[in-house]
Amino acid sequence: MAGKIKITIDGKEIEASPGEKILWAALDNGIYIPHLCAGRDHHPPSASCRLCFVEIEGYPQPVTSCTQEVTGGMVISTRSERLDRIVGTGFEMIMTNHLTDCKACPKNRSCELQKIARERKFRLKPPRLPRLDRELPVDDSADGIKHDPNKCVLCGHCIRACREKGAGVLGFARRGFERVVTTFNGAPLGESGCNSCTACTLVCPVGALTLKV
Amino acid sequence: MILTEEEKREAVEKSREILKRHDSSKGSLIPVLQEVQSVLGYVPPDAMQEVAGHFNIPSVDVYGVVTFYNQFRLTPPGKNQVKICMGTACHMRGAGIIMESWERVLGIKVGETTLDREFSLERVACVGCCTLAPVAVVNEAVHGKMTPTKVDGMLFSHRLANPKEKEEKPGE
Repeated sequence: MAGKIKITIDGKEIEASPGEKILWAALDNGIYIPHLCAGRDHHPPSASCRLCFVEIEGYPQPVTSCTQEVTGGMVISTRSERLDRIVGTGFEMIMTNHLTDCKACPKNRSCELQKIARERKFRLKPPRLPRLDRELPVDDSADGIKHDPNKCVLCGHCIRACREKGAGVLGFARRGFERVVTTFNGAPLGESGCNSCTACTLVCPVGALTLKV
Repeated sequence: MILTEEEKREAVEKSREILKRHDSSKGSLIPVLQEVQSVLGYVPPDAMQEVAGHFNIPSVDVYGVVTFYNQFRLTPPGKNQVKICMGTACHMRGAGIIMESWERVLGIKVGETTLDREFSLERVACVGCCTLAPVAVVNEAVHGKMTPTKVDGMLFSHRLANPKEKEEKPGE
């Protein structure tokens, strides 16, 4: 195809479109790079989950593959001791305040965190850091949607989905450890103007927003 | 916090007045919120909705900004403002325990106001008298070497000195 450029990821030569981000080029060619917050149509990418780091030959530091565009002849590696340490630490920090209750979680076996752990051989329970439980109330006030903020990884997919397909009631609030996905004035979903379109439950990579059973 | 109809009306009117003086570019959002707070003393939900409409953004985004910055309050300030120093020295001397004591005796969380509007509780950085750590500032008066017992005592003496509350109670 015209305009395709060649790049090398983990020794495998692949074709990518100019301007494409490394992450999507890799995923389209069967090379897995952990990611939570990235989306193909996000401009600019939020690059907030810090899991999609790769190393590029000639670059002094690892870069986030969701923000880095491909250029012809780029030689990229997705695994190294340094990358595994950076990504592993990022993953561990996410897991310190993710309520890990897989057995009772509707997302069990389809959870993005489980996938990352499996692919990279990380442990779901943070091996070095203490757990920091937020103990926030579960909100099941909306029709068909259950929101458990204790499982949220703050990727922001639900907020985008809510604005594109739903009533646009979801947003981020507060700061730091207390940051949450919530509605105006922290109202329960059922009283927030949510129209129960369930778009958020389809994009949530973990069990934070799920269909009520 | 339950706001009266009058307060809600005031919030809407004042924010409309303020918004008239600002364009709807994103950069004006925080200056507008700061002006709302300086006029009303806090940023009530009705004002946030007015502001969101002016900037044509979801109201939850305004809520996100207001909750992100420490400078904004969501509840009206109380008649008595309690500020707990959370600076380094006070932190080391147990400011967290003092904060918890106030939260317990007042029945509110930091940043909130009691239902009777008597007290509001805030955290501040260093107030400049670290030798007295941990420090609480109540209406500009500095109280040093705070303990949970002292917190109980201060509230008790306040209630003794303000019998107005007691008059109200039988009527409840």
